[in-house]
Amino acid sequence: MAEFNLTVNGKQLSVDVDQNTPLLWVLRDHLKLVGTKYGCGIAQCGACTVHLNGNAVRSCQIPVSSVKDNEVTTIEGLSENGDHPVQQAWLEHDVPQCGYCQSGQIMTAAAFLKSNSNPSEEQIESAMNGNICRCGTYTRIKAAVKTASKNQIV
Amino acid sequence: MGRRSFIKSVSLAGGGLVIGFSWLGCGRGTEEAEKELGMQMPDEWFELNGYLKIGDNGIVTIYSPNPEIGQNVKTSMPMLVAEELDVDWNNVIVEQAPLNTEVFTRQIAGGSQSIRQGWESLRMAGATARQMLLTAAAAEWEVPVSELRVENGMISHSGSDRTIGYGEIAKAAVNVEVPEEVELKNNRDFKIIGTSRKNVDAKKIVTGQPLYGLDFYRDDMLTAMIIQPPAFGMEFKNMDAESAKEMPGIRDVFTINTYPDDMEKEWSDVGAFSQVVVVVGDSTWQVMQARKAIKVEWDLKPELVKEIEILEKSPALRDSGGLENSDIHYNLMAEVGSKKSEMIRKDGEPEAAFKNAAKVLERSYSCPYLAHNCMEPMNFFANVTGDKAELVGPIQTPEFAEKSINKRLGIDLENIDIQMTRMGGGFGRRLYGHFVIEAAVISQKMGKPIKLVYTREDDMTNGVYRPAYHVTYKAALDGNNNLTAFHVNAGGMSESPLFANRFPAGAIDNYLAESWTVDSNISIGAFRAPRSNFIAGAEQSFLDELAEEMGKDPIEFRLEMLERAKNDPVGENNDYDPARFAGVLELVRDKSGWGKGTSSQSRGVSAYYCHNSYVAQILDLTVENNEPIIDKVICAVDCGIVVNPDAAKNMVEGGTIDGIGHGLYSQLSFEDGIPQQSNFDTYRLIRHREAPKHIDVHFVDNGIDPTGLGEPPYPPVIGALANALYKATGKRIYKQPFISELQGDFKT
Repeated sequence: MAEFNLTVNGKQLSVDVDQNTPLLWVLRDHLKLVGTKYGCGIAQCGACTVHLNGNAVRSCQIPVSSVKDNEVTTIEGLSENGDHPVQQAWLEHDVPQCGYCQSGQIMTAAAFLKSNSNPSEEQIESAMNGNICRCGTYTRIKAAVKTASKNQIV
Repeated sequence: MGRRSFIKSVSLAGGGLVIGFSWLGCGRGTEEAEKELGMQMPDEWFELNGYLKIGDNGIVTIYSPNPEIGQNVKTSMPMLVAEELDVDWNNVIVEQAPLNTEVFTRQIAGGSQSIRQGWESLRMAGATARQMLLTAAAAEWEVPVSELRVENGMISHSGSDRTIGYGEIAKAAVNVEVPEEVELKNNRDFKIIGTSRKNVDAKKIVTGQPLYGLDFYRDDMLTAMIIQPPAFGMEFKNMDAESAKEMPGIRDVFTINTYPDDMEKEWSDVGAFSQVVVVVGDSTWQVMQARKAIKVEWDLKPELVKEIEILEKSPALRDSGGLENSDIHYNLMAEVGSKKSEMIRKDGEPEAAFKNAAKVLERSYSCPYLAHNCMEPMNFFANVTGDKAELVGPIQTPEFAEKSINKRLGIDLENIDIQMTRMGGGFGRRLYGHFVIEAAVISQKMGKPIKLVYTREDDMTNGVYRPAYHVTYKAALDGNNNLTAFHVNAGGMSESPLFANRFPAGAIDNYLAESWTVDSNISIGAFRAPRSNFIAGAEQSFLDELAEEMGKDPIEFRLEMLERAKNDPVGENNDYDPARFAGVLELVRDKSGWGKGTSSQSRGVSAYYCHNSYVAQILDLTVENNEPIIDKVICAVDCGIVVNPDAAKNMVEGGTIDGIGHGLYSQLSFEDGIPQQSNFDTYRLIRHREAPKHIDVHFVDNGIDPTGLGEPPYPPVIGALANALYKATGKRIYKQPFISELQGDFKT
């Protein structure tokens, strides 16, 4: 066990855990930020996607000891009032069914749109391909990402 | 005319106030709640019946009775209450009701039945409360109820300009006797039903608020995980857990027996592995590490000897010692399925017709086991103290879980409290609540609140799978290529997918349906559209091939048969309505421009009836480098009245993608009883790039009481896919997953 100081959603937080503990479980078990989901634990489903310095990463694969002073953003911190253009687009298209995978989908989409503000359908499909939705909301996700790309403030 | 109401007053129901489970109770105050919900909270609530309460400011809370697994009943069921209550939907707060068998009927998420079976009771709940509010207002003003009208929660008197809001009269209405008869609205007067309303949990979902079972934490809670046998047909022998017990944060390691031999089981008590190793600790990661340090020895189950005797006809399975292999399953199913089986239905003289046939078309189809793979793995919170059990988590059958807890732990039913969280998928997997019992047994043993968590691997290798199935169809044609007889012989690994009374039964003079099963050590359960999820695709592929053999258009061929079933049905137990069945085929034909123009796309059609609803689909695709690229699926759906159109469309889109994904890509295979896929690196689920580019959804508007929608869009699309793949490649595919037939086995 060791103490780690993290910057999560703009706040300085400290946890006392084993150094190999994945960021996913630090967020969920220790910081009670449960919007980041456990789906597979092996970086195959994307449910645990968070931003590390603005880049989408799989939090199940990142030991807490490697986070250091990199800034972590989770779905809870994507926007102050839940009104990020991607979140708004998700609401507009009423995307979720069970909803479990959607925070990971949103985090992937938000990071992607920062790197490509006007993507083609094929680019959206490729960018989102690592995020599984068992309910099959893929067509709505694609439509929502398109809407978000039009509405985002660059 | 009034209808007899079965809504009881809350006090009669014996429960007092129904306290809905609320995450708001977990340390957040009214101010946060108001901010979150964007509305002012009332000072006082008045409960008119178990389904709803009205605040003194007119805000209404409606309890959604059924478990929410993504089928969106948490929005659509309260819509039915609000419709008859006559309130503004914007003033409605929805809360998930706890299990309460006194107040609610059928709190189950299963069989696509929530809306169909709640259609009357939910509207009745709203209408009853409305009637009580009107009665109270009439008494207050000393006028007859018939002179009052309501709009959006505001009562007005036609003889004067008096008005009063629900919030102001609710206190008096609580004391009004519950009416024995109430009027329900005419369909044409609906204001909420038939209009699209957003998912009531959407904001929480997109902002990552706690909603799911895995999100539930309590301060002194421990985390528990299980270790189960590695193979079906094995059981626990012994273990060495000494070093694991010394690891940081680990509280205990022990075994539990979920289902003792003498326990009286509910139908939902299905679990392959009754005795499992349990590891309990302070946090998930610590428990995951400790699991790896435990050395467990496993044994072959002794009762397998008996199973093997049953399976004597299969030397291969016998030689495997009860540890089964998928290759053996397929061979065994083909062998058993080629023999005469149990006759389930017979019309006319099929044997004679086949004997006299000029031509017989015979084809066999099969599919693998599937794991449900809900994105949220199985989990449950339990806090068993003395003679009480508090349970929180994702379960499709809370009522059965409560009964099982009662039988397993001996706790009185009234001392068992089950709260339902939103579920990260269900698909049938969470009908089987062995994990609820496991959690309760562990909590009792620890004397602490615990949350049981399955890893993805635990979840995928735990059983309760969609069975492997096999079906053989035969059609007899006379010299003029007329269909004279039809024979279906269907079975599977411990369950048969046959529906003997469904189409094309009733449309053919000489018809024979047979059924068989083969025992297996692998546990099975309901999976989205059970049995239909295989047999629809097989049947609709066969009908396509048969139509081609007969030189007929596949839609016209089906319509001709349905016309026969409508005008002169064969047999008496046909369980579908031929006119509604034909209706979706005609609708999809017209919307797709079937048979018109030229397209670079290869097109397949399919239609099926299940869960009381009718779905027809046309699928367009191209194939490049043996990789199907699905451009479009056009869906025509008859599920009666569509309560929440945009959400219903979402459900059809999702079911269509889910069906395509499982028919095309997914399988769970076995070697020596060991599942060969245990996570998403080896188990293939459909992904974004593979989904159809477009899905069009058209509903039949017929005003008939609503029927199922969660399951019906899934089964037929697999047939449309197979038929389109044939058009593109010239090859008929008879075995799922189709991608293996197109490309060879899926390897990572």
